[in-house]
Amino acid sequence: MIYLTLFIEFFKIGLFSIGGGMATIPFLMELTTKYTWFTTTELANMIAISESTPGPIGINMATYAGFHAGSIPGALIATFGLVCPALIIIILIAKFMSNFSDNKYVKSAFYGIRPMIAALIGYAVWQIVVITFADTNQGVITLKYSAILLGVIIFILLQIKPLKNIHPLIWIIVGAVAGGVFRV
Amino acid sequence: MKKLWELYSTFFRVGVLTFGGGMAMLPMLKREVVVKKKWATDEELLDIYAIGQCTPGIIAVNTSTYIGYQQAGVWGAVFGTLGMVSPSVIIICLIASILTQFMDNPMVLHALAGIRIAVCALMINTVISLARTGIRDKVGLLLFLAGFLLATFSPVPTIILVICAAGTGIFVNIMKEKKRA
Repeated sequence: MIYLTLFIEFFKIGLFSIGGGMATIPFLMELTTKYTWFTTTELANMIAISESTPGPIGINMATYAGFHAGSIPGALIATFGLVCPALIIIILIAKFMSNFSDNKYVKSAFYGIRPMIAALIGYAVWQIVVITFADTNQGVITLKYSAILLGVIIFILLQIKPLKNIHPLIWIIVGAVAGGVFRV
Repeated sequence: MKKLWELYSTFFRVGVLTFGGGMAMLPMLKREVVVKKKWATDEELLDIYAIGQCTPGIIAVNTSTYIGYQQAGVWGAVFGTLGMVSPSVIIICLIASILTQFMDNPMVLHALAGIRIAVCALMINTVISLARTGIRDKVGLLLFLAGFLLATFSPVPTIILVICAAGTGIFVNIMKEKKRA
């Protein structure tokens, strides 16, 4: 029963991906090793599409991953699963604890969770960076030099002050055009 | 009934008009929720955002749930959330089904490869700023390194790592308090 598995897996992701959409990436990466729903390359495509379409990235990713695993019903169930835990928790907080984010224990827990989430996302991003900038074919690793060059250029431009606040969508369009023109 | 529809349509609009979620959504939420509908003040919206950041789930969605609940109870929470999620579901399902038909088109593949490269650069940037705000002291740095190494070299599930990090955070702060006392 793929739909039940989808619901449970995305419910778990919804419960533990704390701090926004990017936090779902390490969990989705874990799914690629557990199920045959999608590969790491497909996950990289999903992230690319989720960042370049409207809506919260985490929701876009869940919908896309669910669609890959089980078409439109899969998309609906994965998204519902992801949203469910937050829906319950937020209603409880809104009802009972108006000063939730000032709570001593909540603050302490997040003091530990934040660096951990940063590390987990860092590792997931590293894996995606590897498949984006290198080909591994039967143990032989070949670097994609034109891709690396384009990546480095965009990264450097991102560090320049006036360009820093440009909307991510613009960079995605730049990437798409450069990718098409230079056939990276 | 009218209120539920209002909640659904307002958050639907926010969902359609913002790319990227999270912080990118704040200005749009402000315009719709604070200025137009007056469902919350500026400070309240920031408070709700703070709660959204330290609860499980997607920040923007959590905000729509919270405001929906405040406006119209449990059903308000459900309709606000549905409104925020609907555009994503529709758009992504459309794109996913269209894209599978173009996956052998070389131009689409090159553009997608280019997008992946741009997204990598953006993600590395995000990780750097997440690490900067998340790692405040030696404990933070230790947790960051331990997390990265464990994720890379051990089969420990991600969920366990998050729970252990929360436990460590609480433990360290309790010890600090005891020291002070």
